[in-house]
Amino acid sequence: MAGIPHDPYEPKTGAEKWLHKRLPIVALLYDTLMIPTPKNLNWMWIWGVILVFTLVLMLATGIPLAMHYTPHVDLAFASIEHIMRDVNGGHMLRYLHANGASLFFFAVYIHMFRGLYYGSYKSPREVTWIIGMLIYFAMMATAFMGYVLPWGQMSFWGATVITGLFGAIPLVGESIQTWLLGGPAVDNATLNRFFSLHYLLPFVIVALVLVHVWAFHSTGNSNPTGVEVRRDSKEIAKKDTLPFWPYFVMKDLFALGVVLIVFFAIVGFMPNYLGHPDNYIEANPLVTPAHIVPEWYFLPFYAILRAFTADVWVVQIVSFLTGGIIDAKFFGVLAMFAAILVIALAPWLDTSSVRSGRYRPMLKWWFALLVVDFIVLTWAGAMPAEPPYSTISLIGSTYWFAYFLVILPLLGVIEKPGTPPATIEDDYNAHYPKAASQDAPPAE
Amino acid sequence: MIKKLTLSAVAALGLMAGAAQAAGDAAPIDDVNFTFEGPFGTYNQFQLQRGLQVYTEVCAACHGLKQVPLRTLADSDGVGLPEDQVRAYAARTFRVFDAELQAERPATPNDYFPDSMIENAPDLSLMAKSRAGFSGPYGTGINQFFKGMGGPEYISAILTSYTGVQMEQAGTVLYENTAFPGGWISMAPPLTAQAVEYADGHPTTLQAHAQDVSAFLMWAAEPKMMARKQTGFLAVTFLVLLTVLLYLTNKRLWAPHKARNRVE
Repeated sequence: MAGIPHDPYEPKTGAEKWLHKRLPIVALLYDTLMIPTPKNLNWMWIWGVILVFTLVLMLATGIPLAMHYTPHVDLAFASIEHIMRDVNGGHMLRYLHANGASLFFFAVYIHMFRGLYYGSYKSPREVTWIIGMLIYFAMMATAFMGYVLPWGQMSFWGATVITGLFGAIPLVGESIQTWLLGGPAVDNATLNRFFSLHYLLPFVIVALVLVHVWAFHSTGNSNPTGVEVRRDSKEIAKKDTLPFWPYFVMKDLFALGVVLIVFFAIVGFMPNYLGHPDNYIEANPLVTPAHIVPEWYFLPFYAILRAFTADVWVVQIVSFLTGGIIDAKFFGVLAMFAAILVIALAPWLDTSSVRSGRYRPMLKWWFALLVVDFIVLTWAGAMPAEPPYSTISLIGSTYWFAYFLVILPLLGVIEKPGTPPATIEDDYNAHYPKAASQDAPPAE
Repeated sequence: MIKKLTLSAVAALGLMAGAAQAAGDAAPIDDVNFTFEGPFGTYNQFQLQRGLQVYTEVCAACHGLKQVPLRTLADSDGVGLPEDQVRAYAARTFRVFDAELQAERPATPNDYFPDSMIENAPDLSLMAKSRAGFSGPYGTGINQFFKGMGGPEYISAILTSYTGVQMEQAGTVLYENTAFPGGWISMAPPLTAQAVEYADGHPTTLQAHAQDVSAFLMWAAEPKMMARKQTGFLAVTFLVLLTVLLYLTNKRLWAPHKARNRVE
């Protein structure tokens, strides 16, 4: 594609030439697959391919599941049991699909944190970053609605709590909530529309993924040094890069193999480990579960949602200033969405002149703390909303916002960054130095 | 590399925290060494048959198994009754209302186990998966990682943890049970030693009864467990081989581009 100079596609056979004149689709595939890729990419750059695989896995398992599932409040739960007991391979399809969601989020979080550490979001890759955040947002919506479909207790009560968040919006909240649910409470209309949207959104994600790939193929991949590929000529670009096929395809496939070994071990031997037992109880609007908790991948943001209670002074000040329009509940909702929004704004909040965290001595530590913070929030989100967990959630939430809104902008000013290597080639050769014996003439 | 390993380990811990959701607030549940635990664990057919007997003679008086088709009692991966025995068991044990005949008739293998007989007795089809006996420590899910979710252990503990004390509250009799969250359960102690007489001469202690019926309920909740583990084992074996080949291919592919091997 544009950007890094490379050998273009040349149609060779008559048939290829015929097709190329009419539709240059082979050229498109060729350019995509042969894109010059920085040869110093490390193992953190494998997660994109794993995410694409997971998306395909979710579609491949989800479509047959939809053939046997019934989106009706009286039949949904039993239709899941029908899939688990009677459909050929149905139990594997469902466990692959349910645990596939966990793989999806596990991979996307590493993918995002990789971007945050190596500054992949910085100019000129802001659009790639924003589209990535849109994908993440669509994934969250899809996963949330998918979790409602089995119509277990956690499905029902999770849906009640999360759609209730929209009810916290002043004035129009309740109307929006009713409009989302298709009625005054979570019921058959809700289940039906969630099923419909759960089938639709993945295809939106597919489209967004194509644009995401298009965007970073236009700018070229980022890499651990943050130094751009030299584009003076094809020959010079070749010193910094290797074509995606076969070098990175093989590398990514090997990584995918390792990830899938763990994934299939979980699916085969402990498929319910990441789920909540309550979801094997059919939904009952009259019985509220003792603890309503979302799936693990929502827990960090759930912790942020619950952290801002009415006794937090920031909440009290905001509530006072807005004349009570922003109460504690609405503040929590705003905080949760803001926590995701600040990630999307990272390209404009980071003021550093150096891209990669590898050459930023202070960012390294703050970033490590952010990763720890994320894990602590995940844990706090699963605990009951009472001291000391509420205090831990509040501290964790504060750091989350502080990292993006204060630390990222400030570090660019106060930090003395190191010097990245001049070229990707230098970085690569420093990793694979010539062995001393190679310099000596061969013994025989 | 060490940094990355640490990162992955920390991330995995984060994953584990998810399982912490299953935390309940009951007394600690004893771990039972069921035959179906672990990656290679299988159901013990004799135990499932004894469990079916306990269910039929004791539990079925109140509790249903409405998600379980009677025909699956013949599955070789599960209870494994011969088909004629399944037919006889269905006909002898349950009567169902036939919408076509507009009358009751003896059940056939094509029917399901019936619903619960009394309103507040929960259906047991998925009981072994809808309860978690283990949690923690500190919401990390580590116990569940090593011991399993603990559904069958929970059922077994409920059946054996009555203290004999009872009280009346708002016209309902409650029985003290140390395994039940809150400590008081409305189910009267259902099992005693020798409650059921086993044909195979297996001990008929309260513990044995409780474990047998818990194992049977695990099968009822997860009848495809053995097929699933087989698929998992095959998949992991195949993927390990494939990954080794991919590793070697990748290594060979990149070798000429790594300076220490480069011929210049």
